[in-house]
Order: sequence, then structure tokens, then C-alpha cells
Amino acid sequence: MSFTILLEMFPIALMFAVPLVIAALGGLFSERSGVVNIALEGIMMVGGFAAAAITWLLEPSMRGWAPWIGLVVGIASGMVFSLIHAFASINLKADQVISGTALNILAGGLTVYLAQIFFHQQRTKAFTSGFTKISVPVLEDIPVLGRLFFVQAYPTFYVAIALVALTWFVVYKTPFGLRLRSCGEHPQAAASMGINVYRMRYIGVVISGALAGLAGGVMILTQDIQYTVASIHGYGFIALASLIFGKWNPWGVLGTAIFFGFSETLALYAKDISFLRGLPTEVFSMVPYILTIIVLVLSAGKTVGPKAAGEIYDQGKR
Amino acid sequence: MTKAKNDKLVLSLVATGLGFLLGAIVIIGTGKNPFIMLNAMVFGTTGINIAKGIFNARYIGEFFIQAMPIILTGLSVGFAFRTGLFNIGAEGQVLVGGLAATIIGLGVRAPSIVHVPMIILGAMLAGALWGALPGFLKARYNVHEVVVTIMMNYIGLHLNNHIVRNIIGTTDGVKTAVFPKTAMLSSEFLAGVTNGSRLNWGIVPTVLAVFVFWFLIEKTTFGFGLRAVGFNKEGARYAGMKVERNVMTSMAIAGAFAGLAGAVMAIGTFGFGRTLPAAEGYGFDGIAVALVGGNAAFGIMLSGLLFGMLKAAAPLMQSAGIPKEIGSIIQASIVVFVAMKYGLEKLLVLMGRKSREPVEGSAV
Repeated sequence: MSFTILLEMFPIALMFAVPLVIAALGGLFSERSGVVNIALEGIMMVGGFAAAAITWLLEPSMRGWAPWIGLVVGIASGMVFSLIHAFASINLKADQVISGTALNILAGGLTVYLAQIFFHQQRTKAFTSGFTKISVPVLEDIPVLGRLFFVQAYPTFYVAIALVALTWFVVYKTPFGLRLRSCGEHPQAAASMGINVYRMRYIGVVISGALAGLAGGVMILTQDIQYTVASIHGYGFIALASLIFGKWNPWGVLGTAIFFGFSETLALYAKDISFLRGLPTEVFSMVPYILTIIVLVLSAGKTVGPKAAGEIYDQGKR
Repeated sequence: MTKAKNDKLVLSLVATGLGFLLGAIVIIGTGKNPFIMLNAMVFGTTGINIAKGIFNARYIGEFFIQAMPIILTGLSVGFAFRTGLFNIGAEGQVLVGGLAATIIGLGVRAPSIVHVPMIILGAMLAGALWGALPGFLKARYNVHEVVVTIMMNYIGLHLNNHIVRNIIGTTDGVKTAVFPKTAMLSSEFLAGVTNGSRLNWGIVPTVLAVFVFWFLIEKTTFGFGLRAVGFNKEGARYAGMKVERNVMTSMAIAGAFAGLAGAVMAIGTFGFGRTLPAAEGYGFDGIAVALVGGNAAFGIMLSGLLFGMLKAAAPLMQSAGIPKEIGSIIQASIVVFVAMKYGLEKLLVLMGRKSREPVEGSAV
């Protein structure tokens, strides 16, 4: 594999990785608070739909600002949508996996239903101004690193990096983060210290809704020209895989997502790389899923994830 | 009917009612007429169009075509639920079942009497393997079956696409060559009585599967052991049951039901193998079917027919101006309402019923 191809692939890998990182960080907040969120896929669909619709609506009047406002609306709609999951699984003690599954089914139906009401077709109208690639002055001249990270990159990549650092700081360095994690490890112990477990879990789920909504918006506005029901095509689940493979740690998530993004890019470039030429593209698409199963097996028995994630909070239990 | 069963039935009915109510509200809220949906559901199921006063038996046949695979995936999800396992992987098990059916359908030359059973058994075996692996990992390494089955869905999807596209070969990038007649479940008789619908002998293995589910779970020592593991894993272990082996067997059987769904669609509905851009949702439908059906054989059959009704009505609603995705919205709402059983039970208590034992047979 020549170095030039590698350099060419890297920005594309980052483009694939960004929505994965952001959605996986969302999953991190939710699972650290003790609520499993397999609805990342569905929330990404809702966020992507809202972002695409708003971008199309505003671009005649706002030009370059339209996608950014689209992202904000994507975040807001992700938050509202995730409230269903929070209400069902926290207040009404619904099984978190079932409630998440319901959200995934609902998202596919709701977005396409609304598209038909608003646009009279199965998808949103195509927007012309998604995010465009930028090169950062000065930094782009750094040898190697400049070519990798600061040339032909989407601005959303820097948003993702900032979110990783912010998540790490919030979750590991603030009292809020400590409380959040305690609700995911042993909610009864947390409650005994005066922490409101219901509230922390609500915050965890709604942050995950905001981030997954953002991820959906970013994905549509960088990789697509409109929202269709196939736009998210399993990225929410790869994000879930990134979260597990990254061992519920923000930096681990970042590394994993870039790695998975790379494996998606390899599928596009395999025909140009001599020793990969014979492999069908489907093999690369399978990589994240197979690796996740392997890492789950290898880390079996060790406590990696939040211990109480998926458990219904029962105040009476000790 | 015992009290617990009665409660479960009330819960399913209330959740279903609320789901349809919410669907009607969405339809009204978006400026459409909910009676169009009602008419489409009656027309799509019975072939009787109230509004226009016509009858077409083809719709009855197509209704069963919609209901068969989701009854089978419902049995798959339900079987795992009874053992305390959540099989989100029915989707992938359907795909590998269909893939096995395609391979045997195109690769083997045999008279129908041998060919069809071979295909069905092969598809069930493929589905069983796809289910057994997560079961094995759960039993041996205590890896959560939900995550593994989700990953297996996508591995199954890409595996199917790879083999169909690159090894078997397609005629137009999507479909394989048509299966030989000996591989098909199609029936001129059934198509004839339903005015040329795609209805086929797939109903026979589907109904048989419902009975097998009922017999295995309710009537055998083996099924009792599985249910015991679902109720209380440690209790079952203390009673001397082989919990690990039961977990794996249960997932394998669940996978076999879903694999059968793949076969019924491949050699009944379609008649060729396909590549797919994304999973078609039969596994997720199965989750809804199993939950509403209370994870019991005949309940699953009835709720499979109910959701089949929604699916059959979808194209009719679409042509009458209501986006067909209302079906997914209603289905998802019903699942949320069933999952909210704690809240619904409180509601029922408020409505004057006495509080009872929690509903049995859930995954948690």
C-alpha cells in the first residue's frame, strides 16, 4: 500500500468516523448513567431527518449558516425523541432493550411519514450546501500531521475531537461525572449518598439523544445530499460497537471509530491496493461487527462496561 | 384461563388499542382521514372493500403472505424470551436461512418431495447455527446476547450479499436466477382459490411451527427446563438443570424458527435469492409480534396476523393518500406500550382493577 493512497484515504476515513465518534459518545453518557441505549440508530435517523429538512428550508436565505442551524435542530429533535426512551425505561421501568428497539422502529416510520407529509416523497428534498471541506491555515503546513488532519477535512471533525475531550473531562474530572458513573455502577449506593438516580439517568439519556441527533445531522450533511430511510444504514449500531470496543472510554471510542472508519474506506479503495484486491467489499463492511464480538469474548469476565447498565433501578433493592 | 394469562391478554389488548389510537391521532394531526386506514385494513385482510362494495380474494392470500414470516420470527423471538434471552438476531437468522435456501435451491437437482424438505431443513439449520453462536458465547463467556445478535445481523447481511453477488451471481445485480420448479412451495390450487395471489404451501410449515413451539414449551420436560432457566437461572441451576446447555439450545431453536421464515420467503414468496441494501425488518417485526402475543404459541400466531394486517394494508393506505409508514409508527407505539407494562398496570389499577402479580415470561 503506497503512502499516497494512505494519505488520500485518511480524510475519507475521518469523514466516516466523525458520526460514529459523536453517536458513541452519546451512548457513553447514557450507559454510564445505567441506561442501555440501542436506539442510537433511530435517534440518528431523527436527527439526520431534521437537519436535512432544516438545511434545505434555510439555505436559500441563510447560505453557509444553514447546515449549522440544521445541526442545532438535529440536536434538539434527538433530545426530544430520546425522552420517550427515558420516560419508558426510567419512569415506567420498561426493559431498556425493548424500548430502544421500539424507538428504532418508530424512527424509520416517523421520518419517512413526515417526509411524505412535508415533501410529498419518501425522502427529504435535496439540499445543495452541506458541509464543505476546509484546510486550516498554518496547521496544514505541519509535516505529515498537517496532511492527515488539517487538509481537506470537514469542520465537523474538529467538533468531534472537542466533544471527545469535553466528554473525558466531564465524565472523569467533574463531580457531575462521578455522580453519573456511580448511577451506572451501583445506583442504590449512589442513592444512599443523596444522588437523584432518576434525574442523573434522565440527563444521561437526553445527552445521548443530543449527541446521536448531532451525529445523524453530521452524517447526512457530510456524506449525503438528502435524508432517506437508508441514510444511516447501521451506523448507530457501529457506534454501539465503537463504544464497546473503546471500552466505554472517550479516547478509546475515538480510536475505535477512526479504525472502523478506516475499514469502511478500505472497502472503497481495495481495488487500488494490490494485496487487498481479491477481497470483496463486503468483507470490510463486516470487520467492525466481527471485531466487536471478538473483543467481547476476549474481555469476558473482566468488568469493562458500567456494571448496572441495563438494570431497571429499583429503590428497594440492595 | 388463569389470572396471570388473563392479565397478559388485557395488557396486550390495551397496548394494541392505545397504539392504534395514537396512530389515528397522528393521521388526524397530519390532516388525513383515519377511516381510510380502517377501510384499508379490512380490505387488505378480507378482500372486502366497504367503501366501494367490491370483493377480491387475492387480498386474503397476500395477507397471509405478509403474516407468515412475522409469525415465524415472532416464534423465534418469543422462544428466546421464554428462556430469558433477547433474540434481536432474528433478522440475521432470516437472512442466512434465505441464503441457505438459495444455495440448496439452485445447487441441488432433486424431485420436489426431496428438494423442498432439504431446503427447509437446510435453512433451519443455518438459522440455528446463526442463533447458536450468540447462545454459546452467552453460555460460555457470559457475553450479552443482545449485542452479539445485533452484530450477527449485519454479518449475516454482508455475508448474504457477498455470496449472492460474488459466488452465486446475479442476473441484474440484485436477484439470482429463478429457482427450479422442484424447489418451490408455490401451489396452483392456493393461488387459484385466492384469485392469483402468491399464497403457497408455506402456510403448512408455519402452522406446524406454531404447534411445535406450543408442544416444546408447554408439554415437554425439555421445555419446562428452558422455562425454568427463564424464570430463575440460579434456581434452575440449583435444581440440577444444565443452564448453559439450555441457553445455547434455546438460541439455536429460536434461530431455526427464523431460518424457516427465510426459507418460506425465498422458495414461497419470491422464488429467487436476493442481495439487500439493508435488513428488511422481519426480525424487528418479530419482537413486536412476540411481545404482543405474550410469548405464547397461539398468542404469537394471533398477533402475527394482527401485524400482518397492518403490513397488508400498507400499500392500500399509500394509494389512498396516507403514508404507509403509519404502520411502523403504530407497531412501534404498541411495543412501547407493552414495554411500559408497569405504567399500564398502574393505569388498570386506577381504572378499578385489583393489583395482581407481575406478568410472567418477560426477558428481564
